Amino acid sequence: MIPELGQGVLLVALGLALWGGAAASVGGRAGRPALIESAQHAALGVFTLVSLAFALLIYAFLAFDFSVRYVAMNTNLGTPFYYRITGVWGALEGSLVLWAWMLALYTLIVVLRQRERARELYPWALAVMFVVLAFFLLVMTVAAPPFARLSPVPANGRGLNPLLEDTGMITHPIALYLGFTGFTVPFAFAIAALVTSRVGDAWITLTRRWTITAWYFLSLGLLIGGWWSYHVLGWGGYWAWDPVENAAFMPWLTGTAFLHSVMIQERRRMLKLWNISLVILTFSLTMFGTFLTRSGVIASVHAFTQGTVGVFFLAFLALVVLASLILLAWRWYALQAQGQLDSVVSRESAFLLNNLLLVAAAFTVFFGTVFPLLSEALRGVKVSVGAPFFNQVNVPLFLGLVFLMGVGPLIAWRRASPENLRRNFLVPVALGIAGAAVFFLLGVRSAVAVLALALTLFVAATIALDVSRATRARLRGGERLLPAVGGLLTRHNRRYGGFVVHLGILLIVVGVTGSQAWSVQRESTLAVGETTELAGYRFRFDGLQANEESNHFKVVGRFSVSRNGSRPALMQPTKKFYPQETSPIAGVDYSVGFWEDLYLVLGDFTRDGRQATIKVQVNRLVTWIWIGGFVLTLGTALALLPERRRAA
Amino acid sequence: MRRSLRWLIPLSTLPVLVLLAYGFRSNPRDIPSPLIGREAPSFTLTAFTGEPISLSDHRGQVVVVNFWASWCYPACYEEAPVLEQGWQRWRERGVVVIGLDIQDTDDKAKKFIADFGLTFPNARDVTGKVSIDYGVFGVPETFFIDRGGRIRLRHVGAVTTDVFRTTVERLLTES
Repeated sequence: MIPELGQGVLLVALGLALWGGAAASVGGRAGRPALIESAQHAALGVFTLVSLAFALLIYAFLAFDFSVRYVAMNTNLGTPFYYRITGVWGALEGSLVLWAWMLALYTLIVVLRQRERARELYPWALAVMFVVLAFFLLVMTVAAPPFARLSPVPANGRGLNPLLEDTGMITHPIALYLGFTGFTVPFAFAIAALVTSRVGDAWITLTRRWTITAWYFLSLGLLIGGWWSYHVLGWGGYWAWDPVENAAFMPWLTGTAFLHSVMIQERRRMLKLWNISLVILTFSLTMFGTFLTRSGVIASVHAFTQGTVGVFFLAFLALVVLASLILLAWRWYALQAQGQLDSVVSRESAFLLNNLLLVAAAFTVFFGTVFPLLSEALRGVKVSVGAPFFNQVNVPLFLGLVFLMGVGPLIAWRRASPENLRRNFLVPVALGIAGAAVFFLLGVRSAVAVLALALTLFVAATIALDVSRATRARLRGGERLLPAVGGLLTRHNRRYGGFVVHLGILLIVVGVTGSQAWSVQRESTLAVGETTELAGYRFRFDGLQANEESNHFKVVGRFSVSRNGSRPALMQPTKKFYPQETSPIAGVDYSVGFWEDLYLVLGDFTRDGRQATIKVQVNRLVTWIWIGGFVLTLGTALALLPERRRAA
Repeated sequence: MRRSLRWLIPLSTLPVLVLLAYGFRSNPRDIPSPLIGREAPSFTLTAFTGEPISLSDHRGQVVVVNFWASWCYPACYEEAPVLEQGWQRWRERGVVVIGLDIQDTDDKAKKFIADFGLTFPNARDVTGKVSIDYGVFGVPETFFIDRGGRIRLRHVGAVTTDVFRTTVERLLTES
């Protein structure tokens, strides 16, 4: 029953999306409101139908309906309730349902929010949204049907990939997909701007919030992904330059570049062509990411199983890239700049340099990601590009970006005078240099770490300088301290929201630097009662214990951990054996702190439980990465507040 | 910029797209086995029926070594009938099918054999040594060994009737 119902719903949704796309574009071209109205109804219809399909799939998971092949492959009678819900988007077919649902939701919001504004751009933007939606629905009905029937119906299912049995599985994909799909909206308006030749500021103003929202969710998705890999995968890291991580990181880089470059267009009427190109690039990269994860072209820990889906995604990627760039070439002359760069020492050029570095980083990541393919195509040799390549190329780029993060917001537009430079940068630069000296004296010997921390100090000082100056100006105007700061943040929320986001990024820089430079680890094999030491901690092995869980078998290692003779605490890293997996899965035990995390992974052990290998890590400052993510959230929220500056 | 040159922008992306399309031709999971063309690692195990199974006893025959497990659903369940039919059909012509059960329990494995009515020799690789020797990544994996005792094909995933027939026929026609 459910397979047929689900298939039918998706098919009707596909028909509606196609109609919506046709109606919106014809309506936009001929200026016929009735057609556009019809397209709007279609948007509501598609959203309702996709929601229904989503609900049906969730129901099938909860009810263990193994007549649905996808359910049988990703759950079994032992799967706990919670993971039966997250299992819905745990593999290819279901992830597409989630994706399409979000896209349909965004389309509906575009209809609700934009139909009164931007009369010329809106129908075309809506048409683009429908085309993307129709593509996903097509994949779901033809290449990767989530409701395919399995017959005969098995008595039990295979079960979810155990690595996905984690709370992060609810937030990570949702945030990431909200980010990925969110970039469809700016892209849709950019295409609308090209089609209608209204390539001025209108589309940028309309999509500012959308871009920030998409960017924010993408950032959040990346951070939660890091959190997940740190706490679940058990190798003690949060980022591995895995192709799929890269696939999410590239649109983040170009999206960040776009967020900054639009400011130059708003202010100076420059970079029209560049901005449109960046949006096209960002959206194409999100499509490239979905292609990469779902085609199986490049091996990765994240890769979904392959099939014909990859061909669909590649065809659509080609369509997106070629159609957008042909439109771009067609409107080439309308996109030429009206303003020009006056001086190299100016905010414009700081932003340009920032864009250049971000795009360069995106390019190197892209190159490293497809390099295995390139090498195989040209030389017939399979090679892989590891973390050393990415780190070596990107660390200098990122350090440059941190530096610009301090320069950009304070340097003058057009041409910075020596007075402007001295006033804004003398103190922060001095602080940065002094900080570098102090870090060096404290025994920090890694040049990259010293530089990163000094730059962080420099940027933080510029922010503090700006905030204190603006607050003092308000205090002179007779305001009290708290209202003065509050007024500053809410009246100039774009600027200060940006500063808060920068602070979040700085905290992440500190966390990454600290964990790379000062983390230590040790692996030792212990018999029961033996101890090992690391960084002032003592670990005593107290024995093993085995438990039978609802869907797996678990071996628990018991360790007493004490520091400097303090009362020992019990830590219990585990190893889980799932019947459907060939290799066991590590369950990390960790304790989190502001300064350092303690991180225990259970390795091999003898059958009799007398001996076990344990990997102990003391990871420094990692917590600041997550705190940075929280600050970034606050800053984004501030930047998204409705602007009150003009009203004031 | 010359007027016509702007049309080169969309064209410039074509090489990248072609490269990605090339990706379909290669399968990243198909890790080329260094064992292809080499002599198959020998093993001697005790079958579920109690007799010893040894690869060296089958020199001069075409041998199909299949790694499986009772928990490997659905791939192992799909291929079990294929292997049994292949064994029935080609055993007269000197083809041997050997099933090696890995990471499994005795009773579940026996139930699997009984459920599918498997008649070819099956043994449990209790220590996992054989699967390590063969570089098995996961189940099912199947190795086709020629009459000279060399591994000629490594098949990852369920064996289909087509793969079984074409490979075995090819190896049989070789002298």
